Amino acid sequence: MNDTVISVENLSKSYRVGHLSARGHRNYATLRDVIARGVRNFARQGTDMLRGRQIVQGDEVEEFWALKEVSFEVGQGEVVGIIGRNGAGKSTLLKILSRITEPTKGRVLLRGRVASLLEVGTGFHPELTGRENIFLNGAILGMTQREIRGKFDEIVAFAEVEKFLDTPVKRYSSGMYVRLAFAVAAHLEPEILIIDEVLAVGDAEFQKKCLGKMDEVSRKGGRTVLFVSHNVGALKILCPTTIWIDRGSVRGRGDSNAVINEYLTQSEVSQARFIHLESFGRQQSNESRVRIVSLEWLCGLPVRHGEPIQVRVRFRAQSPLQEFSVGIGFSSLEGVRLLTYETDFSDGFRPNIPSPGEHSVELRIDSLPLAPDMYTIDLGCRSGEFHGLDYVSSGARVEIISGQTTPGNIVRKGAGVRLPSRYIWEFAKP
Amino acid sequence: MQHLIIIEHGRHERNYWRDLWRYRELFQVLAWRDLAVRYKQTVIGVAWALIRPFLTMIVFTVIFSRIAHLPSDGSAPYALMVFAGMLPWTFFSTGLSEASNSLINNANLISKVYFPRLIVPIATVVVAFVDFLISFGIMILMMIWYRFLPDWHIFLLPIFVVVAFLTSIGPSLWITALNVKYRDFRFLIPFIVQFGLYVSPVGFSSSVVPPEWRLIYFLNPMVGVIDGFRWCLLGGQSELYMPGLVVSLCVAAFFLWFGIRRFRATEKSFADLI
Repeated sequence: MNDTVISVENLSKSYRVGHLSARGHRNYATLRDVIARGVRNFARQGTDMLRGRQIVQGDEVEEFWALKEVSFEVGQGEVVGIIGRNGAGKSTLLKILSRITEPTKGRVLLRGRVASLLEVGTGFHPELTGRENIFLNGAILGMTQREIRGKFDEIVAFAEVEKFLDTPVKRYSSGMYVRLAFAVAAHLEPEILIIDEVLAVGDAEFQKKCLGKMDEVSRKGGRTVLFVSHNVGALKILCPTTIWIDRGSVRGRGDSNAVINEYLTQSEVSQARFIHLESFGRQQSNESRVRIVSLEWLCGLPVRHGEPIQVRVRFRAQSPLQEFSVGIGFSSLEGVRLLTYETDFSDGFRPNIPSPGEHSVELRIDSLPLAPDMYTIDLGCRSGEFHGLDYVSSGARVEIISGQTTPGNIVRKGAGVRLPSRYIWEFAKP
Repeated sequence: MQHLIIIEHGRHERNYWRDLWRYRELFQVLAWRDLAVRYKQTVIGVAWALIRPFLTMIVFTVIFSRIAHLPSDGSAPYALMVFAGMLPWTFFSTGLSEASNSLINNANLISKVYFPRLIVPIATVVVAFVDFLISFGIMILMMIWYRFLPDWHIFLLPIFVVVAFLTSIGPSLWITALNVKYRDFRFLIPFIVQFGLYVSPVGFSSSVVPPEWRLIYFLNPMVGVIDGFRWCLLGGQSELYMPGLVVSLCVAAFFLWFGIRRFRATEKSFADLI
C-alpha cells in the first residue's frame, strides 16, 4: 500500500528577475538621466533578444531561486498538505509537478495520472453556456468527453445551477460561477490530485461542501492528494501530514498538527515590541506610493485582555497622499479575522498626507476586547474609501494574556472578542 | 502503475507525439470552442465569412483587371481566377494571424494546466479551415454563375489544401513561440499578412512575372500553393510551373520543420514567460 507515487529529488528552479537599481529609486533627476537609462535598457533588451533570452524589465537582472534542493516522497493514498508563506515556493513546486513549467535542476517521478487544480474554472469561456463550459473545462482538466457525459448530472446537481445551464456564464453571479467550476473539478478521477488554494473562494457554505467532497475523494478514492493552502484549519482536517516550505526549501515534514504549530510559532512573523515590516513579503505590491514600515507596542509587552493598549504604525510615503487611512486587524491563528480597527471608522476622518517622508499614526484602545490567546496582525492602508495602497498580511503576532478583569472561565482557545453588554432576564414562574 | 512521468530539466519526452494523440479530445474541444465563440454577439454572424472574401474579390477584379488590364490565366474569367487565389491566401493569412496570437490568447490555460502546447495553434487553424470551406461554397456558386466547368484536376485539390495548411502552420508555430517571449511579433504579424497579399499572386496571375524571375518568385511558398489551387480549379486554363512548385514545397517543408523544432525547444518555458 505504501508505494511511493511522488518522488521529488533535489528540485531547484531559478527565474531571471529584474529590478530598479538603487539609483533608480530616486526620482529621475534630469532628462539626460532618463534618456541614458532608456538607451542602456534598450541595448540590454536588444542583446537579450538576439541571444534568444527572456526580456526583463528594470536596470539590474539577477537570478532568483524560487526552489532550492527540494526533496520529498509521497506514498500511495497519502493526503499531504503544503504550507508556507507567500513567495516561499509552494506555487512553483506545484507548477513543476503539474508539468506546466520545467525545473532548472533535479527531477520528479510521478506514478499515475496527474490532474492539477491550480485555479477553479481554468479555461472557462464567458460567452459559452454553463453546459458548454462543463465540457470545455472537463476536457482541459483531462477528462474524456465520455467521462463528462457520464458525470454530467452529478456535476450539475453539485453546482446547483440546473436552471442556468443554457445561460452564458458571463451572466452568472460570481458564486454560481465558482460553484460550477469547482463541481467540474471535484468530479475528476485521477490517481494523483494536486490542488492549490482553490478553497479560498465561494461562500462559507460552499466551502464546507467542497471540503467534504475533498475528504470523500481522498478517503474513499484512495487517491494521492497534494493540497496547498493558507487555510490552516482545512489543512488540519484534510491532511494527516504536512510539508512546510520556507524560502524555497523544505523546512519540516510530518504530522500536520505538529508541523502547522511549528510553522505558526516559528514562521518569521515576529512577536516583539518593535516589528520591522518594510521588507516583509507582500502578496501584491503594485503600489509603490506608500509602504508600512513598522509596528510598535508603545504600551509594552505583554498585552493584557481588558486593559488599554497603544500601538504605533509607521509608514513611508513616496509622494503626497489623498484621504489616507490605516487599518489594524487581529486574526486567529487559523486565519479568521476577529477584530478590525480603522482610523476612519468612527468619524470618517481621512487626512491628506502633504509631503513624502516617514509618518506615523497611533492607535489607542481603552480596553482590549480580545480574549487571551495568540493572534496574528494584519496591517493595511488606503486612499479614500476603496483604494488599497499597502497590505501586510499576518505581519506580526501577539500573545494576549489575561488581565485583571478577565474572568477565570475564559478558556485559552476560541474565546474571541469579549465586550461588555447588558442583559434582561426573564424567568418562568415556578 | 502503468503510468510513469519523469520531470527533468531539458528532458524531451519520448512520448510527446503519443501524448499529442491522447489529447486529441482537448484539441477537438478547443477548436470547437474557437468556432462557437467566433461569431457570438455579432448580428450577421457567419455571413462575415462570406462577405469579406467576396468584397475583396470584387475590389481585386476591378483594380487588377479593369484598371491595370492584367491578363487572366487562359480564358478563365478574371473574377474566378482571383477567387481561386484568394481561397488559399485567406486560409493561410487567417491561420497565420490567429495561430500566431493563439498562445497569448490562451495564456490562462498555458499557465495553469499541462497539455502538449502544439494543440493550441493547430486548433485555431481549424477555425480558418471552416472559413475556407464557407468561401469554397462561394467558389462553387461563382463557377455556376460563370458556367465554368472544372476538369479532373479538381480531384487533386485536397492535396493542395493540405499543403496550404502545412505552409501556414510552419511559420505560425515559429512566430507564436517567439510571440510568447517577445510581444513585438504581435505588431509584426498584421504587417506580414498585408505585405504578403501583394507579393503573392492573389490579385493577379503568377504568369505576369518575367520568366527570368520566376523561380525566385516561387521561393514564396504561397506562390506554389496559389498556383496549385488555380491549376486544380480552373482546369486547363492555368498552367502549373513544376520547378517552381518544387521550390515552394521545399521552402514550406523547411519552415514546417523549423517551426516545429523552435516550438518544441521553447515549449517548456512558455508558462514562465507568458
